[in-house]
Amino acid sequence: MIKYILIVAAILGFAWLLLPLARDFQVAEELPPLASEYVQGSPRDLNMPNVVTAVVVTYRGLDTLGEVSVLFLATAGIGYFLKRRHHRKHERTPGSEIMRTGAKFLVPMIMVLGIYIFSHGHLSPGGGFQGGVVIASGILMLIMAEVQFEVSHRLLHWSESISGIAYVSLGLAGLILIGMNHFLDPRFWAAGPYLALFSAGAVPVIYSLIGIKVGSELASVLASIQDEGEEV
Amino acid sequence: MIMMITGLLLILAGVSIMLYRKEILRMIIGFTVVDTGIHLVIVAIGYVKGGTAPIIDKAVSAAPPAMAGVKALTRVVDPIPSALVLTAIVIGLAVTGLMLAYAVRLSKYGNSTDISDYEEQKW
Repeated sequence: MIKYILIVAAILGFAWLLLPLARDFQVAEELPPLASEYVQGSPRDLNMPNVVTAVVVTYRGLDTLGEVSVLFLATAGIGYFLKRRHHRKHERTPGSEIMRTGAKFLVPMIMVLGIYIFSHGHLSPGGGFQGGVVIASGILMLIMAEVQFEVSHRLLHWSESISGIAYVSLGLAGLILIGMNHFLDPRFWAAGPYLALFSAGAVPVIYSLIGIKVGSELASVLASIQDEGEEV
Repeated sequence: MIMMITGLLLILAGVSIMLYRKEILRMIIGFTVVDTGIHLVIVAIGYVKGGTAPIIDKAVSAAPPAMAGVKALTRVVDPIPSALVLTAIVIGLAVTGLMLAYAVRLSKYGNSTDISDYEEQKW
């Protein structure tokens, strides 16, 4: 009984803590100074229409590098927790007829959609993280539908490592080619015409690398859930 | 405003799920509800009245790239909270996956996902 009273008190206290956020909230009439600087600078300096991608990849590129590392750590932790001490192979149940036919039909399209999303991240809504998740969902469909489909852990580790190394070295290329304080600056690459696929410097390449990295990390999570951390 | 209040209510609902329930899976569900609520709150903070997505193409501003941003200033929402939420969604997914993996490990170790069955690990 006393426990429930304490819980209710804790929730009420938390609600009181959050109350100013709701009470003093009003919809902004104009952009804050930093945001308006980003909105002006993204098409002018970086030749990039999508301001969110400009913030994620360029202005706050270091945050994204940290985020990718957090994702990698979480993936490694999942692989560690799901690893079994004694291996016992158990039979997988095959997917139904609808599942298998649907997978044959849909998986290529899902992969192409994922690649489209992460290569057009600087032009349209989307980007590396979203495209990577779409690719991992295609691999999940393959795992569920086909019994004999085994995800190669070695391939996933290699694609993840190579895309991570390439991401950091593109960041270092900005540092070397442009100058100090330009880590992860994409402008060492030719800008190209506005709204074209290869515009905005190195951003499409960087976001594609992030997409490959996120896709292979999430696919390795799915694979370690499926075969319980067994090294294939 | 509605989004802000919904987000705050979701945060409170998630916290109360985490405090009331003893099943680890339900606590993880509570965590994801809090996560969603925080995303809603951040997006609500970034909203600008009458603004659309901060993608500066012909629909927002037809000027050449050097001037496009200036014309778009009054028509787009704040891009920074959107970028933060993009980060938060991915990190939330990874952390939820890590918690679920820990729950699987714990259920294999003690055949239960109820935290009151693990009395010996209390302080």
